[in-house]
Amino acid sequence: MIFDIEHETMPREALESIQLMRLRATLDRVYATVPFYRKSFDEAGIKPGDIGSLDDLKRIPFTTKQDLRDNYPFGMFTVPMDNIVRIHASSGTTGKPTVVGYTARDIDTWSTLMARALAAAGARRSDIIHNAYGYGLFTGGLGIHYGAEKLGASVIPVSGGNTKRQIVIMKDFGPTILTATPSYTLHLAEAAEEMGVSFKDLKFKVGIFGAEPWSENMRADIEEKLNLKAIDIYGLSEVIGPGVSIECREAQKGLHIFEDHFIPEIINPETGEVLPYGETGELVITTITKEAFPVIRYRTRDITTLNPEPCACGRTIVRMNKVSGRSDDMLIIRGVNVFPSQIESVLMTIEGVEPHYQLEVDRKDNLDTLTVRVEVNEKLFSDEVKGLQRLEDKIAKDIKEYLGVSAIVKLAEPKSIERSQGKAIRVIDKRKI
Amino acid sequence: MQAEQISIFLENKAGRISEVTGILSGAGVNIRALSLADTSDFGVLRLIVDDNQKAETTLKDTGFTVRKTKVIAVEVSDRPGGLHNILAMLFDSGINVEYMYAFVRQSGDNAVMIFRFDNPEGAVEVLTEKNVTIISGARLCTM
Repeated sequence: MIFDIEHETMPREALESIQLMRLRATLDRVYATVPFYRKSFDEAGIKPGDIGSLDDLKRIPFTTKQDLRDNYPFGMFTVPMDNIVRIHASSGTTGKPTVVGYTARDIDTWSTLMARALAAAGARRSDIIHNAYGYGLFTGGLGIHYGAEKLGASVIPVSGGNTKRQIVIMKDFGPTILTATPSYTLHLAEAAEEMGVSFKDLKFKVGIFGAEPWSENMRADIEEKLNLKAIDIYGLSEVIGPGVSIECREAQKGLHIFEDHFIPEIINPETGEVLPYGETGELVITTITKEAFPVIRYRTRDITTLNPEPCACGRTIVRMNKVSGRSDDMLIIRGVNVFPSQIESVLMTIEGVEPHYQLEVDRKDNLDTLTVRVEVNEKLFSDEVKGLQRLEDKIAKDIKEYLGVSAIVKLAEPKSIERSQGKAIRVIDKRKI
Repeated sequence: MQAEQISIFLENKAGRISEVTGILSGAGVNIRALSLADTSDFGVLRLIVDDNQKAETTLKDTGFTVRKTKVIAVEVSDRPGGLHNILAMLFDSGINVEYMYAFVRQSGDNAVMIFRFDNPEGAVEVLTEKNVTIISGARLCTM
């Protein structure tokens, strides 16, 4: 089903003229209200009025996650707090999260986009949505929630965790659509099996999964184990949250980006050069309808390809391929963004610990595991085993507190962490996705 | 009265202990006693050797994390209840054993145990008072 036929199936020419109009209004506003953008445009020698076509967008400088952090917490907001009705945040390398704000109209825009996304995945007013994305600062839970309400479906705000209770709810309430991260979904499948509950006896027809990388193999696995159709959804809090793009249930050939709200570009992550349709590179997004927190040419670090061909489902908006990787070292562990440098800053706060560490990410029983190997030095080395174990526990506890992810900490011998050309290999990702 | 022991941090990896013994053998250092404490991912190897300085330097040079710690070598009479008597007198004085292990050689007719106490000074005092022989580090190395 297409929620907004007018905007989702618009001829490209009409769409582009709406995009240009909205882009210019957004550029005017950020230039007038956000010192960061004024400075960045001025340094590039560009005024918002210079942008006469969509093609001119490439003359504007990029915005990075670091820029958002530098303006922590509210420096990128275009409106006073009087007009902000919601704040979300995601983790950042210095331990400071990236903070995003929404006006009432932004929440309405986001809800509408999520309603479009849910409809594209096959949701109807009659559906019951079991929403196992986390509710809180993370945009996943509330994003899906508002979209479900906007669409008129029933939503169960079950959030993440308490897996056994979730299985009972699935049995008793008969939800027809599951929304969750793919790894948690497989965890749910295992829990159900242990409890003797078969998904064949449940009423799910569709699952909408995202917020972390997942492969086609994982999709096949989920579809088989949960007896439903698995749909990929994409979004990031810096842009709006979930609902930037989604696969349609009809074709499932790429994720439709809601281009009347976002302008996507693909760039070469090394040079910043804009690449033509069909080429693979880093996705860059400009928001053109957001009020409180617009982003201009935001570097998502996600690697994908754009396809402008109209889809069999009838949508004319551009499609992106399933994200195939990241152009930086950010890890997504159970939906939580983790940078190696964050682990480093945790280690640095512990007396005597040197930042010689290695992260090993794996997926065991369908859940991401993070192992942190830390080299021991003479300052840390206690002759007593319990002293060393206390140190391991302290590091694990600090990582959990600081980053919100559980880690297994293993002390390692000095110089045992592989170094290639003098540079330590910080991350070993063993997940097969 | 305390003797010196060398502790080495080891990851639980195949062949790691033999690397240590190989290095010490190459340096001509003789191991007099040892104990290994281990967890699932690492271990601490504790050694009494005849030349602490040489052992420490050689191991450090080859990249091991080494630490010297003070321990107490105690003569224990080699008969039933010999060790128990000593532990009982320490327990009565509120001194706890962090860890202990046996020395390879005997001292006359007595066995030798290496102890790490939570209160080494107190332990030396109690043992001396009760006429238990404590073996000095220098003598231990030459035994």
